[in-house]
Amino acid sequence: MIRVDEKGFYGKFGGAYIPEMLHPNIEELRDNYESIVASEEFQQEFQLLLRDFVGRPTPLYFASRLSETFGAKIYLKREDLCHTGAHKVNNTIGQIILAKKLGKKRIIAETGAGQHGVATATVCALMGMDCTVYMGELDIERQRPNVERMKILGAKVVPATSGSRTLKDATNEAMRQWINNPVDTHYIIGSVVGPHPYPEMVARFQSVISEEMKWQLKEKEGRENPDLVIACVGGGSNAAGAFYHYYNTPDVRLIAAEAAGLGISSGKSAATTVLGTPGILHGSKTILMQTEDGQVVEPHSISAGLDYPGIGPVHAHLFDIGRGEFVAVEDEDAMKAGILLSRTEGIIPAIETAHAIHALNMIEYRKDDVIVINLSGRGDKDLETYIKWGGY
Amino acid sequence: MNRIHYLFNNKQERVLSIYFTAGFPHLEDTIPVMEAIQAGAADIIEIGVPYSDPIADGPTIQDSNKIALENGMSMKKLFEQLKGFRAKIHIPVVLMGYLNPIIQFGMEDFCKKCKEVGIDGLIVPDLPMQQYLDEFKSLFEEYGLVNTFLISPQTSEKRIREIDENTDGFIYMVSSHSITGAKSGISEEQIAYFKRVQDMNLKNPRLIGFGISDAETFTTASSYSHGAIIGSAFIKKIKESQNQSQDIQDYIKAVIN
Repeated sequence: MIRVDEKGFYGKFGGAYIPEMLHPNIEELRDNYESIVASEEFQQEFQLLLRDFVGRPTPLYFASRLSETFGAKIYLKREDLCHTGAHKVNNTIGQIILAKKLGKKRIIAETGAGQHGVATATVCALMGMDCTVYMGELDIERQRPNVERMKILGAKVVPATSGSRTLKDATNEAMRQWINNPVDTHYIIGSVVGPHPYPEMVARFQSVISEEMKWQLKEKEGRENPDLVIACVGGGSNAAGAFYHYYNTPDVRLIAAEAAGLGISSGKSAATTVLGTPGILHGSKTILMQTEDGQVVEPHSISAGLDYPGIGPVHAHLFDIGRGEFVAVEDEDAMKAGILLSRTEGIIPAIETAHAIHALNMIEYRKDDVIVINLSGRGDKDLETYIKWGGY
Repeated sequence: MNRIHYLFNNKQERVLSIYFTAGFPHLEDTIPVMEAIQAGAADIIEIGVPYSDPIADGPTIQDSNKIALENGMSMKKLFEQLKGFRAKIHIPVVLMGYLNPIIQFGMEDFCKKCKEVGIDGLIVPDLPMQQYLDEFKSLFEEYGLVNTFLISPQTSEKRIREIDENTDGFIYMVSSHSITGAKSGISEEQIAYFKRVQDMNLKNPRLIGFGISDAETFTTASSYSHGAIIGSAFIKKIKESQNQSQDIQDYIKAVIN
């Protein structure tokens, strides 16, 4: 049975390894979030906003030309059609309602590709809350449109200038700011990472993805369960949402596509399960890329959203017990898969998502298998990267 | 007797602990800095083990961690440097390090090494109390290492009591809800917090850290506790220093006197 235990562990992974200064924040969240989220009041507001603001349910689209190309029945779960262009908003809607119920006045967030930052800035504008987003300096350069979107929405974007100047460093900075502002501030973590209860909380808000997949597949295929679900994994929030209602259905293969960057042994990679070992990152025990001395290794991926040296503890657990199949997709292959999807289905995917498309080339499946790929985001934000790459 | 216990048995006020990052500003500075801290008449040395992702630390200490790592500092290297330091240093020495590098070294090996070289206590800021009790307390005790917990203005009275119950060295009071080096001066609000904890009559002595930088802040903090810890201000001092040993001694003397 895959589920979080009361101490916040999935098997060996998870927990809350945090400085004491964060203990009151985490305790407040842990003690209150379940009852708030379970309340009818919360659910009503959450469901209404998911429907009318986000645009859910998102379609489950049968990709006929892609299916032909790969020789399987491929469906795309269209999270790219969510308001703001990616699945990230499912979680920020949930957390902003929660923050309001906890009486918080200010929101902080970290962002990699900028999708979570935009989704956070969006819900802050929606609720009239003050918003500060921490973003690695390098990511600010390569995701310029999203930076401007956040600013238009009224958020303050603060560059993280330490370390690799990417998602990991933005997360460090957001945690530091939370330590400095523990009373009035809620930290909206964007992935299934961080100290308990964040990984499970974020996964629950994202679980709407697989919840919808079930009834949509039932309508289209006469069965709730596909043979495979494929999703990309940086921290792993879209994958957690797409896998959630299938964790404990062993017949459904769960495929996680990590970013291999320039190649597994190139020294420029973010393939955590291949290159990583168990340790502690951002408050939870998980698998992370680190030196023998326990220093966190700076990752690389062409996609800012996968450029992270760890994975969420639930994914570490899926990997550890063999429930998830992990593949590592190189930059170049992901870019080509992005072009392939653009030309076969008329959908330009986010480069993160393109990793999940390429996974089809790396796994075995049967001809009549029903495959759902979680199309986590659209490629608008990545135009500059596509242009710079130029291979189209 | 553990040197930390010995210290607090003999001195209950104006105890000064100095934090510095191992291998900073130069790789081989670790032992000379320790000698200078002792010569300046500080009471405790707190050695920071550099880490790539120090989330409880502000820019000054982050920067020193980064430089120390670039200099080639590592846990292994640190223990090599510390071999034999007890021939020169007799005051208590505490290691402050984040959990991940310790776990990768191996908790038992780490504790064993600490005992071998003569470390008296540990501060692991991201080791939560429950995990400590469940997994590591017996190891710390076996190797005679005193564990120090942090508390902040947000820490509830109940939790402060639990922490007091589960430690027997000193309690590290974070002076504001803040990362290191973020604030300067001491506010009314902080003093109210110092008094509140003072009135709890805890069994462990209390040292106040974060935001202590000079004679004035040291004296204010000491009037509500057993003493204070200086970190970021000291790091800044040695980063700028041309005459390290003398500057360290002068700085500490200026704080104490």
